[in-house]
Amino acid sequence: MTWVSAGRLEDIEQEGAIRFDHGGRTYAIYRGPDDSVYCTAGLCTHEAIHLADGLVMDFEVECPKHSGAFDYRAGEALRLPACENLKTYPAEVVDGEVRVALG
Amino acid sequence: MDGIVIIGAGESGTRAAFALREAGYSGAVTLVGAEPHMPYERPPLSKTPDGMVRMKLICPKEALEVAGITYLKGCSVSKLDPAAATVSLSDGQLLGYEKLLLTTGARPRRLACAGAERALDFRTHADAEAIFSNVAPGRRVAIIGAGLIGMELASVLRAKDVTVDVIEAAPKPLGRAVPARFADKLHARHVAEGVRFHFDRSVAEIGDDAVVLSDGTILPADFVVSAIGVQPEITLAEASGLATGNGILTDACLRTSAPNIFAAGDCAAVAQPGGGHIRYESWRNARTQAETAARNMAGAAETFAAIPWFWSDQYDLGLQVAGQPLPAHQSVRRSAPEGELEFYLDDGRLVAAAGLGIGNGLAKHIKLAEMLIAASICPEPVALADPGVNLKTLLKSARAA
Repeated sequence: MTWVSAGRLEDIEQEGAIRFDHGGRTYAIYRGPDDSVYCTAGLCTHEAIHLADGLVMDFEVECPKHSGAFDYRAGEALRLPACENLKTYPAEVVDGEVRVALG
Repeated sequence: MDGIVIIGAGESGTRAAFALREAGYSGAVTLVGAEPHMPYERPPLSKTPDGMVRMKLICPKEALEVAGITYLKGCSVSKLDPAAATVSLSDGQLLGYEKLLLTTGARPRRLACAGAERALDFRTHADAEAIFSNVAPGRRVAIIGAGLIGMELASVLRAKDVTVDVIEAAPKPLGRAVPARFADKLHARHVAEGVRFHFDRSVAEIGDDAVVLSDGTILPADFVVSAIGVQPEITLAEASGLATGNGILTDACLRTSAPNIFAAGDCAAVAQPGGGHIRYESWRNARTQAETAARNMAGAAETFAAIPWFWSDQYDLGLQVAGQPLPAHQSVRRSAPEGELEFYLDDGRLVAAAGLGIGNGLAKHIKLAEMLIAASICPEPVALADPGVNLKTLLKSARAA
């Protein structure tokens, strides 16, 4: 498992998300309402739309285009038209730095 | 009594079939579609990065099977008999129904000029294939109509280095659904991208290789696309005696004038609290009306009250509109790193919001605005205009109040 730095926690809005591109792939990194961090594949499983552009409320992210929704903690698809879960990756904060394991 | 029959296998009909199951309906569900394909999404038809028209299915075949939905494709309905509760299909079948849902959608409005038959429509997968088979750098297209479909198509074709002329009878583009400020910005972007506009003119004739405008202008064109809007598909409803107007008239619960027949999506004109009926043509409306109609057919009595919402992609710009902005509303602008938002207040109450920016960057703001509209709040215009005031905070305060 390779841990990669994805920037500072303070650069992600609380209950928000950022897009993180690495190794030719795109991911979404979320900061929950309790400052916990999570990482998922960056594109909606219904259509390749960046989830980091979507609205994050509590532990849910809504796709900006078709309103499909996911629980970003486990990647579970919550609302159609999204029906396939998101792949998730371990994420942590060390001394204010967000790290994700993309291996 | 033979379960529920849905006429029309577009976004609305297909979504309704699944929503019936989600609502606990366990009887037979039959979905009848005129096209020879599995149900597919229309928005991706214009997005052809490799020149190939995509057919993105709304659901895989197995999902229909798992849900116990019988799908009859390539079947049109020749007769609907509300008294006998039957529909006659083009293949000779006679289907009885307990309840029926009409999701017949809309069809392109036809041009009336000489040579109108030479113009291509842009509505179905077959239409998209016909258009994009003509596309190559240096080809010339005349698009008739500067509404959302015409403008979106213009942007896609300019990206493929096609020469684009847009002809519009009105003095400006996007006059119907898009707030003037954003219509002007999109127009300017099209001009910058090389689209040539011909306003205040109609088409006198479409020839083999040119379009003749009402003022005599001749525009060379290798192909012509007609994008002058759609008409609700109400032929079947009319012939069977259902109440119709600009659409199949329904009450607030999406029930037509026949007690066991409902309508949803582009074809449905829904009764409004203040009187009259409103019909919407958008992807979101097709889905949300389908879900309400399905729940009501399964026994609920919900009124349809979703806030209208649509998006449009042109070049790298994304437009989203929630609610119905009207010129009479007080407008409040807010700038954002990704673009610009405009909010619309009616007597102090937030009723609509629109945003234009790069990609989907403003989508989250419009979604929050939609929630604020649903909460019927009267926000301070100063707060709405201030990019430093998080809309999520406004929503939480409104909900806590």
